[in-house]
Amino acid sequence: MNEMPNIEQAIKMTDSKISANKVQVYYGDNQAIKDVDIEIQPRSVTAFIGPSGCGKSTFLRTINRMNDTIDICRVEGSIKIDGEDIYDPKVDPVQLRAKVGMVFQKPNPFPKSIYDNIAYGPRIHGLAKNKSELDDIVSSSLQKAGLWEEVKNRLDEPGTGMSGGQQQRLCIARAIAVSPEVILMDEPCSALDPIATAKVEELIDELRENYTIVIVTHSMQQAARVSQRTAFFHLGILVEEGPTQDIFTNPKDKRTQDYITGRFG
Amino acid sequence: MTDATLPPATSEPSSAKPAQPKSLYAIDELTRKRNAAEKRFQAYGIGAIGIGLFFLVVLAIAIISEGIPAFTKTIVEVEFTLTQEQYDEAEGQLFKTKAYEQIFIGALQGQLEEKGLDVPFDASTIERIVGKPGGDIRSFFKADESQLGQPVSFELAASSRVDGYINGRVTRENMTDSRFLQKTDLDLVDILVEASIIRSVFNWSFITGADSGVDNPGGAGIGASVIGSFFMMLVVLFLSLPIGVAASIYLEEFAPQNKFTDLIEVNISNLAAVPSIVFGILGLAVFIQFMHLPQSAPLVGGLVLTLMTLPTIIISTRASLKAVPPSIRDAALGVGASKMQAIFHHVLPLAMPGILTGTIIGLAQALGETAPLLLIGMVGFVARGYPDGFVSGFLDPNSAMPAQIYTWAARADYAFYEKAWGGIIVLLIFLLTMNILAIILRRRFERRW
Repeated sequence: MNEMPNIEQAIKMTDSKISANKVQVYYGDNQAIKDVDIEIQPRSVTAFIGPSGCGKSTFLRTINRMNDTIDICRVEGSIKIDGEDIYDPKVDPVQLRAKVGMVFQKPNPFPKSIYDNIAYGPRIHGLAKNKSELDDIVSSSLQKAGLWEEVKNRLDEPGTGMSGGQQQRLCIARAIAVSPEVILMDEPCSALDPIATAKVEELIDELRENYTIVIVTHSMQQAARVSQRTAFFHLGILVEEGPTQDIFTNPKDKRTQDYITGRFG
Repeated sequence: MTDATLPPATSEPSSAKPAQPKSLYAIDELTRKRNAAEKRFQAYGIGAIGIGLFFLVVLAIAIISEGIPAFTKTIVEVEFTLTQEQYDEAEGQLFKTKAYEQIFIGALQGQLEEKGLDVPFDASTIERIVGKPGGDIRSFFKADESQLGQPVSFELAASSRVDGYINGRVTRENMTDSRFLQKTDLDLVDILVEASIIRSVFNWSFITGADSGVDNPGGAGIGASVIGSFFMMLVVLFLSLPIGVAASIYLEEFAPQNKFTDLIEVNISNLAAVPSIVFGILGLAVFIQFMHLPQSAPLVGGLVLTLMTLPTIIISTRASLKAVPPSIRDAALGVGASKMQAIFHHVLPLAMPGILTGTIIGLAQALGETAPLLLIGMVGFVARGYPDGFVSGFLDPNSAMPAQIYTWAARADYAFYEKAWGGIIVLLIFLLTMNILAIILRRRFERRW
């Protein structure tokens, strides 16, 4: 409890939740990300857009160090969350990933029951002291993900038996269950139909109140609908970043303009 | 419009006038060829399966028809009462067992007379049919004198030639007179069979007993080597499964990709192809000559077979770990599981059915392995004292089923050949039980998800 004021101060010092400074990412000898500087605002949705292979997913995965699992991947520069460098040797990536949750492109529920899918994270992090606390976490996570009404009577059925859209919302609920501060979403709607997509987008908009969300998307309409700020990546470079409104109506860079008007990508 | 593979004749007119709509009812040449090829391929497949099934059936019929006689034995059952006087008189003689034999012959004669058959025979005929029964009878009454004066039914094992005659292995045509059996003896055998004195009964001792000497095929049993094989399989299972799975998890999930791990990988694949006799001589050198573990012990056999089974288990475990979709690992890591938690909570359970399949294939291979056992002396002839003495543990000398079968097949007496087939039936039943157990286990693992 004593450290609370310090942390709050640290947060105030830097206005942004995540701040990246001169980030370089290499896959072996190939440089995938060059000199990315970006400030990501807390409690807002930031969208990363750009053509395939532009490095937006790679950059997203550096934020919770999922790239660590790739042997040949190397990250330089600094990424700070609440002023703390996540690549500091003192930082354990496992702890980081509890704070920075992730939702993947393809819905990937565990081949377990709906309940166990949500309860897994809280269990390994010891967030619940007993069964009833765990039940509470499960139901509140499902409620936040807007899935509770649909699944409350079949929590013991396998999560893999649900529809694609439900599975993706289950994955979001699973990410929420460990009470992260940041949620990274890597093209969360690319495998979903328009109706399921609309539901997930609505959910993202609601989650903005409590979480800092970074979303990678191929759909510019989606970026326009859900995000407050948008960053455009091209060939591993962050071309332009700003309020979503400005990026879409008044892009400063020629490349951004070409991309959003559909001239390439 | 023009298809390069079509014969030119059909594509020629298309340029001249507007293309005539093609009828779907007319099957063109190319489609016909493709369909024919598909049919042919299916026919090959059915043929291949048919050949496989045919050989399986032939094998099963051969094994069962050749092996069944091993499960029966021929006995000579004689009931008689030995009085105290007869006992005292016999004990007072110089050749005691000879006296008992005379009593036995008398009883047999009496039993035949009761049935209205008066057949004369002499002691040498009886000896050729049931061996020398005197000793057994004497030791029976000496052990328990309270049996004197009471009717006692003796079941004596018929000699292997008589057994063969009953089973159809020995016929009047193919036999030659010898000190083991003469053609004239068969007349008496026929009469005794008719009088139900010689009968065929289920041979429990073949399943429960130990191997016998070379001149007593009737007493040979596979029980001791079943226990030997069982102990060996325990050693193999409890060593190779954890070591193999641990090694595969490390290599697949943790080890860095470099020249050294590549080398290890290649060597594991090579190890799987090393002839089993090489493992046998390695076991002889390392476990027996260097480490001084006892010869012929199931522990040593198990260790050698573990070395042999490890590559199989490692290769299949790695394959099934690889088959688990990476998205599951991502999902677990994404909610903050450590790498080990991700593997043990999510990846391993999904790979479990594959791992179990690999393990059972490895164990089945190990169960049938003979060559390495010959080198470490696991052809041990387990004689008296069984089941308390010789085969009670991992360190006591024993044999294993395939080695026992090999020993029998190598013996001169044709009766052992029958035993070898019978042994194979037991081996296959053991294997089948193991496989069924594995399938049940696998089902259980799969149902948990």
